Amino acid sequence: MSEDKKKLELLEQIMAIDFMVIELNLYLNTHPMDKDALAKHNSFAMQSKMLRESYERLYGPIAQGSTSAYPWQWIKEPWPWEYEANPRLSREGK
Amino acid sequence: MWTYEKKLQFPVKIKNPNPRMAKLIITQYGGPDGELAASLRYLSQRFSMVTPQAIATLNDIGTEELAHLEIIGAMVSQLVKGASLEELKRDGLDAYYVDHDRGVYPQSAAGNPFTAEYIAVKGNPVVDLTEDLAAEQKARATYEWLINMADDPDVIEPLKFLREREVVHYQRFGEALRIVQDYLQDPHLFVIPKPDFMK
Repeated sequence: MSEDKKKLELLEQIMAIDFMVIELNLYLNTHPMDKDALAKHNSFAMQSKMLRESYERLYGPIAQGSTSAYPWQWIKEPWPWEYEANPRLSREGK
Repeated sequence: MWTYEKKLQFPVKIKNPNPRMAKLIITQYGGPDGELAASLRYLSQRFSMVTPQAIATLNDIGTEELAHLEIIGAMVSQLVKGASLEELKRDGLDAYYVDHDRGVYPQSAAGNPFTAEYIAVKGNPVVDLTEDLAAEQKARATYEWLINMADDPDVIEPLKFLREREVVHYQRFGEALRIVQDYLQDPHLFVIPKPDFMK
């Protein structure tokens, strides 16, 4: 598998898990006492943290505040709005 | 404050340029029911919101709308990238081209530039949340009309995602409104005994 394809696959996983974090965050805002939702949120948040760490080690910072290799990696293209930066959605079971 | 994350909330990977679709989709960038209006509406209303639940809801949905603004910008940009002048002209983007080339400018589908008149901040929690419920429905409807105009799955998938988010936001705003109404009906005011002359 090409380096680029591996990178986009990992990015797609992070995007999917971060979506769960955002969705549960919004739900918990109006249901702060829901223990199940809170446990799910915390589990996805931990998974996201771990995946981000491995992504950033391999491909450079995904968020401001992360450490960078030399030279400064943040300015590396492509940016998220570009075609090349985005994974093609894998549609399981479709 | 905010920090940037170098990824979209939902992937945008559009292979075939389509200036006609860009001309329509740009309305969700800077149009009356677009994502710029949505983010400014919620992020401005939160300063006068009440209850921890409703304040967080405005704060976080307002933030998510900024991510949606970026998705729409990416779609418009990819839809005009690589389009020839001939194609821009054919699809009615010649007027846009002379003002903005292939840049992304906040305007409606009809070409009206973005204006703060698209949003309201009344300072009253019930009024503002009621506006937000309507705003989410208007945005949902706009995404449905856009999907009706599209035939490329690369374009339809992100539009479907954004439409679904409007449905979820509507749900959350409905819950926030219920929480705010319960809170406002609670006798949470200090009771001051009536002075004798008022009895």
